[in-house]
Amino acid sequence: MKIADKETKAVDLVRRALERAKASDDYHVFISLNEANALERAKNIDAKIERGEKVGKLAGVPFALKDNYLSPEGNTTAAAKMLEDFQAPVTATAVAKLEAEGAIMIGRTNLDAYAHGGSTENSYFGPTSNAFDKTRVAGGSSGGSAVAVALDIVPFALGSDTGGSIRQPASYNGVVGVKPTYGAVSRYGVVAMASSTDTMGCFAKNAEDANLVMSIIAGQDVKDSTTLKDYWTRDLEDARPKRKTIGLIKDTLGKGIDPEVSKVVRDYADKLKKSGYEVKEIEMPILKYALAIYYIVVPAEVASNLNRYDGIRYGHRSSEANDLDEIYQKTRNEGFMPENKRRIMIGNFVLSSGFYDAYYLKAQKARTLLIQAYNKAFEEFDALLCPVAPRPAFKIGENTDDPLQMYMEDILTVPPSLAGLPAMSIPAGKSKTGLPINIQLVGPRQSDQMLLNIAAELENR
Amino acid sequence: MSISREDVLHLAELSDISLSEDQIEPLKKDLDNIVNYFSQLDELDTENVEPTYQCFDMQNVWREDVIQDFEANREDLLALTVESKDNQIKVPKVL
Repeated sequence: MKIADKETKAVDLVRRALERAKASDDYHVFISLNEANALERAKNIDAKIERGEKVGKLAGVPFALKDNYLSPEGNTTAAAKMLEDFQAPVTATAVAKLEAEGAIMIGRTNLDAYAHGGSTENSYFGPTSNAFDKTRVAGGSSGGSAVAVALDIVPFALGSDTGGSIRQPASYNGVVGVKPTYGAVSRYGVVAMASSTDTMGCFAKNAEDANLVMSIIAGQDVKDSTTLKDYWTRDLEDARPKRKTIGLIKDTLGKGIDPEVSKVVRDYADKLKKSGYEVKEIEMPILKYALAIYYIVVPAEVASNLNRYDGIRYGHRSSEANDLDEIYQKTRNEGFMPENKRRIMIGNFVLSSGFYDAYYLKAQKARTLLIQAYNKAFEEFDALLCPVAPRPAFKIGENTDDPLQMYMEDILTVPPSLAGLPAMSIPAGKSKTGLPINIQLVGPRQSDQMLLNIAAELENR
Repeated sequence: MSISREDVLHLAELSDISLSEDQIEPLKKDLDNIVNYFSQLDELDTENVEPTYQCFDMQNVWREDVIQDFEANREDLLALTVESKDNQIKVPKVL
């Protein structure tokens, strides 16, 4: 990516990004643009360079921000009516770190409201179109950020991934998507969805750029006590896989998976072999239960996290309410999208007395079995290879009447999330009709850079 | 397990969401489908398996008991509410 220096002006980089954002208006990538602030920041960086002062590693680089990251520049809406007018009083740690290195946020991207969804159709502001076919979905929930990179509006964008929300839209739009190890990047200042699986990551055009961005936003943060000690380094070269062994997950290439997707994954396995990797098939029958586990555990956490939206301290408040109970109940009915309400109600169902043991506790025990299966696989393999999504981007409106069918699109992305593992979505091919198909590389905890190293090695082969 | 109309109303109450009549039936259908999907977990033997609530098994992350600056100031925070008075958020009578 281009960094500002004496020849390349930050103002020109930012202007170009803003122009491209406006020219792509019909894709509905952005909820809001940050034009005045962005240009002001760019001018300051150019002035610093002019004076010969030190500037950051991402000086003048424009980026797009998923609209669930808090920043006082513009409103943070989470694509929900509830937060339509919410001006954040603080800055998310990831954003503050990027800005300290000179990166410039040019706009806030569309998402499924509260990041609940896999298509960006659950946005209060309407869907985002796929970069390769406007009649198809961008994927989600970080759909806007994926399309912003795919359309070359910005060289990178931030997203959040709770169960696939970076990886799946990255696949639908053919860009690199990084879902880091749980705890690698601070969650401070990002609208909470499910606290045990929320991760903050990025989209970029290649593995090297993605690594640069991640090396900046990752790290321990006193404002998020679940963050891990710093381990992400600038240099990808140091992260070579030791054994060069890859497990191809057989269970993810059969029934319910588009043959074109399976072919792209098998072709990638062949490329790995040609690059000196040993690729062996592995069976992980537990994976088929991951979706049920996920849609119990995550809604339970969603229900808890979204209790804070009560219409009292901030956000939407119903004008129809006469007493305190009505403020809560009407505000929440008006402010949430239907999918938000479904997840809150499912969450309260699995947590309620009488059902807790049968659903929530059962799922958390099954989650242990899933983690054990991964641990066992990593005794033999450096990384696991599987598809990101069962098929390429689907048509806008195709799944909106059937929430369970929509959940099925997450079947391959939720397993690593439940285990806190890093997982990369890497461009690898296209369907006959020209829709991008990525592959997914999953590794042990904190092996993020090794996965990106593998991807970088294969990028040009 | 199947979700009844009464279940939907009970969950709406637990969730502090007021539903209009036309929302109830579609929610009943959707929640019923989703909850039935969960039943496949019965196939798994989880006897003697410990639950995982948190992947990294972190416990008691301590910090020094000193005031930290979280940037936000009182005025900005109060400006986010619909109504405030004397540095307090105003709500309808509770009792």
